[in-house]
Amino acid sequence: MNMELSRRRFMVGASAGLAGTTLGALGFGELEQAYAIAIRPFKLTNTTETRNTCTYCAVGCGIIMYSHGDLKKGEKSEIFHIEGDADHPTNRGTLCPKGAALLDMVHAETRLKYPMVRKPGSDKFERVSWEVALDRIARLMKDDRDKNFIAKNSDGVTVNRWLSTGFLAASATTNETAWATYKVVRSAGMLAFDNQARV
Amino acid sequence: MFPPLPNPTVQPTPAVFGEQDLIRRSASSVPAPARQLTPMAKLIDVSKCIGCKACQAACLEWNDLRQEVGSNVGVYDNPSDLTPDSLTVMRFTEWVNPETQNLEWLIRKDGCMHCADPGCLKACPAPGAIVQYSNGIVDFVHENCIGCGYCIKGCPFNIPRISKVDNKAYKCTLCSDRVAVGQGPACQKACPTQAIVFGTKDDMKKWADARITDLKSRGYKNAGLYDPPGVDGTHVMYVLQHADQPQIYAGLPANPRISLIVEVWKGVTKYAGLAAMAGMAIFGALHYLVTGPNNVSPDEEEKAKHLAGGPAS
Repeated sequence: MNMELSRRRFMVGASAGLAGTTLGALGFGELEQAYAIAIRPFKLTNTTETRNTCTYCAVGCGIIMYSHGDLKKGEKSEIFHIEGDADHPTNRGTLCPKGAALLDMVHAETRLKYPMVRKPGSDKFERVSWEVALDRIARLMKDDRDKNFIAKNSDGVTVNRWLSTGFLAASATTNETAWATYKVVRSAGMLAFDNQARV
Repeated sequence: MFPPLPNPTVQPTPAVFGEQDLIRRSASSVPAPARQLTPMAKLIDVSKCIGCKACQAACLEWNDLRQEVGSNVGVYDNPSDLTPDSLTVMRFTEWVNPETQNLEWLIRKDGCMHCADPGCLKACPAPGAIVQYSNGIVDFVHENCIGCGYCIKGCPFNIPRISKVDNKAYKCTLCSDRVAVGQGPACQKACPTQAIVFGTKDDMKKWADARITDLKSRGYKNAGLYDPPGVDGTHVMYVLQHADQPQIYAGLPANPRISLIVEVWKGVTKYAGLAAMAGMAIFGALHYLVTGPNNVSPDEEEKAKHLAGGPAS
């Protein structure tokens, strides 16, 4: 853009600008300026709280999951924050780094949400129903136990061992669940076994 | 054990403090607040910290920040320094105690100290970009931040970091949004060993005294509270096993002070400059009143035309 600008006009403009910034520096500029909000609104207001137990280890810390969206109104509910439950006797509100970062585990794309099977020779997992999964697990366990169960050792002593299958059970279970798991697994003869009851 | 604060409520709760409680505002002034809030403080007991980084995880989660996955630099510090996303970071120091020859693993949670005399705020040239509340919280208002980085120069602890995304400075807010509804900061709630506790500054000093007595009974004769007077005390305090030499804790300054350059530039120089500007304006006005505008006389006009080679009229 070409503009006719005389020296005089330039000096007037520059002086006006300088005067303006000077007034600003002297503190006349912000009389009308509203304060910006520095404190973020509390993000848990009007959200749904759900008590639960941390999914990770056998300590079983109490957590509160905060979610947006009302399921009763048919909205899609989404967890957006998880923190420790101060009323829980185990952790009194505290969490470990994994527990404190539980939110990202909830929303992880790689999280297992339903039974999946990788069939022999296949290179990928496919989703199956619980019905199919439990039937298949029971069938394979029965077949394996029938084939490899050791009732007596070489000295003829009854041992009732089933060494070809192991059982890995969840940690965040109640005492009753852990007891039932232990009884089922041990009575089947399995020795390779890890769950909360061991801790 | 320190009694845990109750769980937050989801009912709408009025904030217990806000703009009316500002006591300082960068590059501008605030009216004197009508009330003085109880000073709050976060106490970090370095002797109880196990370095689990639950505070770091809770901080990222609460503030909706996520630290980019980095690479291991050979030490436990992760990330290796504060970032615009990681507002707090654990600094690990392996230190051999010369008296006992014991290897001591000193783990200090680094982050904003919320100084009572904040160097960042004093250095900041953007009006309202850094504010201080009468309960001691020093907060950045990102809307007003111009990303100049003066706050980093002004900070005696080297805490603020400039984001490469929006070019604004970020640091710990002491979870001002949680404190405003009577909660403690997210890091404090998560801490599994209660190495971090939160409450009024007086209560925190009392709690620290008990901890220091305990540490002394265990042979840490120099145990003490880190509440440096050079910045008028801080609202994040440490209990140190070796309070006589804070620099062994990953370079915690023994006597933090606001840089002299910042004090002079934002103190004397600023007011001298403003006085000079005001003086010039007054001088100009007076000169105009006394002498009047500088008019060109017809005689001079004639001479000028002659010099320029134009036709004389």
